Amino acid sequence: MFALFSIFIFPGFLFLSIFGLLAEFIDRKICARLQNRIGPPWFQPLADLIKLLGKEDIVPTEANIHMFTLAPIFAITATVCSVFYIPIWGTDALYSFNGDIIAVLYLLTIPTLTFFIGGWYSTSLYARIGAVRAITQLFAYEVPLFMAILASALLADTWSLSEMAAFYSRHPWYWCFNLIGFGVSLIALLGKLEKTPFDIPEAETEIVAGSFTEYSGRLLAFFRLTIDIEMIVCASLFAAVFLPFGLTLDPFIGFAVYMLKVLLVVALLSLLRTIVARLRIDQMIRFCWKYVAPLALLQIVINLILKIMLFK
Amino acid sequence: MRPGIILRTVLKSIFKKPATGDYPRDRSGMPAGFRGKLRFYPEKCIGCKMCMRDCPSEAITITEVAPKQFECEINLAKCIYCAQCVDTCPKKALEATGEFELAQLDLSKLKVVFHAKVDPGTEKPAE
Amino acid sequence: MHNAHEHEFKIPVGPQHPSLKEPENFSVALKGERILGVDIRLGYNHRGIEKAAEERTYVQDVYLIERVCGICSHAHSTAFVQAVEEIAKLQVPRRALYIRSIIGELERIHSHFLWLGVAGHEIGFDTLLMYTWRDREVVMDLLAQITGNRVNYGMNTIGGVRRDISDEQRKDILKGIDRLEERAKYYIKLALEETTIIKRLSGVGVVSHDDAIRLGAVGPTARASEVDRDVRRDDPYAAYAEISFNVITDDHNDVYGRTIVRLKELLESVKMLRQLLSGLPEGPIAIRVARKIPAGEALSRYEAPRGEDVHYVKSNGTEKPERVKIRAPTLANIQAVKHMLRDRYLADLPIVIAAIDPCFSCTDRLIAVDHLDSHKKEVMKWEDLRRYSIDWHKERGFDFSKLGAKLKG
Repeated sequence: MFALFSIFIFPGFLFLSIFGLLAEFIDRKICARLQNRIGPPWFQPLADLIKLLGKEDIVPTEANIHMFTLAPIFAITATVCSVFYIPIWGTDALYSFNGDIIAVLYLLTIPTLTFFIGGWYSTSLYARIGAVRAITQLFAYEVPLFMAILASALLADTWSLSEMAAFYSRHPWYWCFNLIGFGVSLIALLGKLEKTPFDIPEAETEIVAGSFTEYSGRLLAFFRLTIDIEMIVCASLFAAVFLPFGLTLDPFIGFAVYMLKVLLVVALLSLLRTIVARLRIDQMIRFCWKYVAPLALLQIVINLILKIMLFK
Repeated sequence: MRPGIILRTVLKSIFKKPATGDYPRDRSGMPAGFRGKLRFYPEKCIGCKMCMRDCPSEAITITEVAPKQFECEINLAKCIYCAQCVDTCPKKALEATGEFELAQLDLSKLKVVFHAKVDPGTEKPAE
Repeated sequence: MHNAHEHEFKIPVGPQHPSLKEPENFSVALKGERILGVDIRLGYNHRGIEKAAEERTYVQDVYLIERVCGICSHAHSTAFVQAVEEIAKLQVPRRALYIRSIIGELERIHSHFLWLGVAGHEIGFDTLLMYTWRDREVVMDLLAQITGNRVNYGMNTIGGVRRDISDEQRKDILKGIDRLEERAKYYIKLALEETTIIKRLSGVGVVSHDDAIRLGAVGPTARASEVDRDVRRDDPYAAYAEISFNVITDDHNDVYGRTIVRLKELLESVKMLRQLLSGLPEGPIAIRVARKIPAGEALSRYEAPRGEDVHYVKSNGTEKPERVKIRAPTLANIQAVKHMLRDRYLADLPIVIAAIDPCFSCTDRLIAVDHLDSHKKEVMKWEDLRRYSIDWHKERGFDFSKLGAKLKG
């Protein structure tokens, strides 16, 4: 019973959807204000979703209809599943086991794979180019992201997110050691969530809409909801790993702190989105492997040295 | 070479008023002299029809409804709002107002007629 | 066995594509992300303006030619009017020439700000788009105040201009261009220092100096390859002979160079405007012109924001011209696009096309007929083309007796 409640309502599908739509609104509003515009009203993402749900699904005749329709469903399922292992307002996630960091990171990779599958099986040329770009981009940001998050886990000497949160609550200032990881993770998150400068798979001016070119109606609604929920889940993961304060407070205050942390991460991503142009895929890979991955490696080395020094 | 140079300008924009005008709540309109919908003064027209000759899109028609009384029909859909007829008219019977919100759903409403003031006795018999 | 041609495919960019503001077809042959070649098909925006110009009087034609393009409308209108005035040997008053130049330079400022925004959008830098288009509003409000419309100004008439610039408007223009100069300087600083812009724009769309001359590039596209050509200096028209200005060239040879050329031209335009406004002579703004233009022909050139715009007008003594031919600058620049895109990435395609500042509405005119099956190129004369077209339609059952009937409504 409790499991059903947590899957569908909180912190499952309904809560994540509403929070995701709110995050999309905040992202668009901040972006608009930074560009000296007015921006959409608060119900705009909800209105977009409802409109898309009401439209017809058009499947191209040459597309593989099974893969085409299953891709968005897998995407949304994987993102909703991954939130169960992330500590939200206490130091305990809903379910935890040793090694759930790897599980969460894997579950968060699945949406990108579904973008690839959906785009490839659309058989439209624009979609195929977008799909291939999504996978190529995966090679660039995934490794630094993994390394940065695992560096924090190294310092806590555990592979479980809940125990990591508990460790950092016991030693409040240890999060300062992970600042390089903070920066690396933020850049890698831009790649994962496909925001400028890394919105290459969905470059509107080059390949129409990338993997989503042939999608319409309910399937596109699910994909867009996936992107919103993915933003929330990745921001929650980021907040749990790099901003571990307020986890031992009263549940309601702790929940408010959690919302604030997530919205702060969303605002940071919006700011980063407005101040740079889009990179080319080869420039992005070169940048990530030349600068970002070595920094992540440096963070691991620092944390290893600190672990030896502090916990002899 | 520094990335994100535009950061300071972008942050300052949060405190500035948005540059987007909140139309339709804010209808400050266009500056004076804007070439919008035409206006015809029937008492000044002498029926030379030079405006009809010079109109690039045949949007204006002058008809004589009574001796020396002319009425004017302007097709707002065809008019390109160039105001050449305003310049051509030797008696300054046409004028460009600043009205530009002229969209209609009904095509027949786009034909605007400026009736002449006709004395009842001098009307031509209807054909 | 690995087939070398396995990963090659062709994608159609256009006629409907988010990166093109106007419809043209670029059929791009790709291998992965690498461009192997581009086939360009023009003609989607052909509206028959040259033919329509023959059916209308000169006064009506001024407005028709103005609507060839929305952004360079004053350029086309002035070029046409200059050609007609040259045929009729009219002496246009100096105040009218100055006013034409003022509107021309304001239009150049407007066009370059618009281009900067479009370039920002093509490389994914939407903030630049929003900011430059906000600054463009200053120029558009100024133009609306002076000419009565934000685009398609309708300022020219044969023999002069239609509206005068009052002293109050002069002060407003000076205040407006001060603000624009400050914004242009900020964008120059941004273009010179912002890493992502430099990365996206450098080394892209390279055309060497000799290639630029060979391919016939004009305007900022050529000037970024150090081709020192500018109609305002080489063949002065309107009031340009009486003011001093520099022609901006740059030696980067790529899209980055074109950006720099356009931004610096913004500053030059502001300087020119200040000279023009302070030296505005007194006098009438137009002279009376007879409706019938004597027989003759004239070629007039104008430096539109995109390059050299050429108009040819032939008159036969009646109220209507016999032939009007327009060569827009984008037609000259588009040959260079194929050359620029060899061996580049797909991601460079939108910005390379945007860098020549395409105005496809201007471009689609009549050039030559290419027999695809016999590989013979043939340039038809006007009468031959008419006969060919009439025969073509007759073969397909077109009924010519309905030609005279007008459309209802």
